[in-house]
Amino acid sequence: MTLVAEPPVPATEPAPAAEDAAEAKPRDILIICYSGELEKTWATMILATTGAAMGAKVRVFLTFWGLQSFVKDGKRITGQNVMQKMMSFMQRPGISHRKLSKMNFLGMGPWMMNKLAKQYNVSSPKELLEIAQAMGVEFMPCQMTMDMFGLTKDDMIEGLGEPVGAATVIALLQDGDAPLFI
Amino acid sequence: MSTEQIAQTVDAKGLSCPMPIVKTAQAIKGLDSGQLLEVLATDAGSVKDFAAWAKTTGNPIVEQSADAGVYRFVLQKK
Repeated sequence: MTLVAEPPVPATEPAPAAEDAAEAKPRDILIICYSGELEKTWATMILATTGAAMGAKVRVFLTFWGLQSFVKDGKRITGQNVMQKMMSFMQRPGISHRKLSKMNFLGMGPWMMNKLAKQYNVSSPKELLEIAQAMGVEFMPCQMTMDMFGLTKDDMIEGLGEPVGAATVIALLQDGDAPLFI
Repeated sequence: MSTEQIAQTVDAKGLSCPMPIVKTAQAIKGLDSGQLLEVLATDAGSVKDFAAWAKTTGNPIVEQSADAGVYRFVLQKK
């Protein structure tokens, strides 16, 4: 008869789960702001301010069309060469000049949308952006998009972070940030 | 709850999402642990939103009521 060895008893009991787990700091949030349409810019700003209000560290990576919303409202034509200038001419940059993806109707749609927002006391993307910055939301412009559209630091609104690349985004995702691609 | 115990009131009546929560988060920063913050809102979504906010941030709702379309929350800073 063979005796089966008892499995070794662990020397220490596993540490009890932290009781204050529910009160642990919420996960960091990373919003990849890719789109430049009014409704998507609005969604980005609402989620960014709410994330900050709920105690989460919120970072917003600004890339492709999403970066155009963070050009100063007063800038009309941006870029270094003809093609870059044409791009900004065809789609005016700045957070107050966003178009709707549907029902734009040469600006009638956004005009009605802004009118309705005022009527129902909904803060504009520009107001929410200012609140987000005051609440410590970090905005990270994409260096590659800056280069491709010929944007300089002077074209961009105040308070943006240093331009970064995709590796920064991936590293944050690997760290466990909750991702939102808008 | 007597009004003397309330350290500050946020009047978010008429404001839409996300402003009642945003204003609450900004106001509670200025309070000391244990102090009470009263919030008045008319956004019907705020009943669920304030429950979620309290759970996530750990600042409990100690009193809650609704009267004529105005939702009142008393939150305690953790």
